[in-house]
Amino acid sequence: MSTMTVESTTKPLDSKEAVKPAVDAANADVSNQGIDSSRDYRQTVGKIEVANTKMSMRDVNVSYGDKQAVFGVDLDIAKNEVIAMIGPSGCGKSTFLRCMNRMNDTIEGCVVTGSLKLDDQDIYDSKLDVVPLRARVGMVFQKPNPFPKSIYDNVAYGPQIHGLANSKVELDEVVENSLRKAGLWNEVKDRLDQPGTGLSGGQQQRLCIARTIAVSPEVILMDEPCSALDPIATARIEELIDELSANFTIAIVTHSMQQAARVSHRTAYFHLGYLVEIGDTDDIFTNPKHRLTEDYITGRFG
Amino acid sequence: MPIKKSSQHISQRYDDELAAVKSQLFEMGGIVEKQVTDAIKALLEVDSELAERVVVDDVRINDMEVAVDEDCGLILARRQPAARDLRLVLTIIKTTTDLERIGDEARKMAKQAITLAEEGKAPRGYVEIRHIGEHVANMLSKALDCFVRQDVELALKVAQEDKAVDLEYASAIREMMTFMMEDPRSISRVMSIMWSLRALERIGDHARNIAEHVIYLVKGDDVRHVGLKQMAKTVLDD
Repeated sequence: MSTMTVESTTKPLDSKEAVKPAVDAANADVSNQGIDSSRDYRQTVGKIEVANTKMSMRDVNVSYGDKQAVFGVDLDIAKNEVIAMIGPSGCGKSTFLRCMNRMNDTIEGCVVTGSLKLDDQDIYDSKLDVVPLRARVGMVFQKPNPFPKSIYDNVAYGPQIHGLANSKVELDEVVENSLRKAGLWNEVKDRLDQPGTGLSGGQQQRLCIARTIAVSPEVILMDEPCSALDPIATARIEELIDELSANFTIAIVTHSMQQAARVSHRTAYFHLGYLVEIGDTDDIFTNPKHRLTEDYITGRFG
Repeated sequence: MPIKKSSQHISQRYDDELAAVKSQLFEMGGIVEKQVTDAIKALLEVDSELAERVVVDDVRINDMEVAVDEDCGLILARRQPAARDLRLVLTIIKTTTDLERIGDEARKMAKQAITLAEEGKAPRGYVEIRHIGEHVANMLSKALDCFVRQDVELALKVAQEDKAVDLEYASAIREMMTFMMEDPRSISRVMSIMWSLRALERIGDHARNIAEHVIYLVKGDDVRHVGLKQMAKTVLDD
């Protein structure tokens, strides 16, 4: 078990001051006035605030040991929105996503500073129990990772440990509902007792989504949920994301820009650990404001 | 205010494809421009031979329109262009349509020139054709220039000039009506002039469309149907 070195102070650690460019300190409370006058990627272009805020992140810095991965990111996520995070490898998008349900806690030497709030709850409050937090903020990973158990147990496990079902009948109901919402029910209803690992890749990923939604999360984080799937399975997951957004808030990290363009309402572009641009997906993909965003989504060299 | 030269795509072939379709479009623009000036010349000089050539050459423009659209379709399918690249492909598709229509208008003028060569010169109207013709040919040339240079301020000028052409056209039409009333025997010949003026006025509209496409390409804002004031604001706003 690794040591947790998570801090909930809003003040960056001294050691990072050197890494962090001076300009960033000056913009510590970026209010987003004077948009992109300098086109400096260290200052976010676009509106970070939303109406109906579900999660609110301010001045989030993440370091792995000496190496800082995320620099002063401010971002709000609205209730029931699908927000896509894109950017080249190593841009900090996955790291940032993982902060949102404290997945980085288990990584040794990972230090998170700044303020991350779910509704008004400080996610990094040292008194907060992460288990219920992760029930409220669920996660779907790149590679489908069903438990080596039956399809039924994969979905039933969460509600059981979180005490969300009081009887077998209720549990059956939760399992069926979750599998239905994940668009998997018709394919597996006759073989619920068979191992989840025996399903195809796309089915496994939908099983993982069913497992995630079984505990009635408020936010679902998806870290490249389709990168291991074929186009048909991908299309089904994308369709599912659209349906799920009626009930859940979804943040998705993806390497497929077309996917971001198709499924999300807003898109955030990360570059070298900074949030460069945030805006309506329709605008980002037709008329991005920042040169770096444009270069990335059009496939140009930086 | 020319746009900064963009860096290259990671895929060299993508760059080549975009460059190829763009140069095809500009070549088409050059031919269309010549068709228009030739058609005007054929009218003014009652040169039926030149007019015939304009009619025949219109087929080339039609073929080019099809070829450019096909290449754009392939780029969309292969590359799924985004942002400025997407706007470029959309702009090219729209511009070829306008160019093809301009070609049609040039052909219409050429046909009137042939009619006039057969029936005998019209008694009046050549001053108007020359005047509006020069104006419109100049607009078209600027519209193509502003595309090549991605110059939105020049594009704005083209749109503003279209308004002037529309006024000139209205006044020329009134004049032609007076001639026809004065001398009913000239009606059919003056009608040929009127159709030609009409074609020129339409060419001006298409040139304006091209200019609007260029503003969309560079600025990302659609300036169709917004009025000149708003258009100027979009262009000058950085």
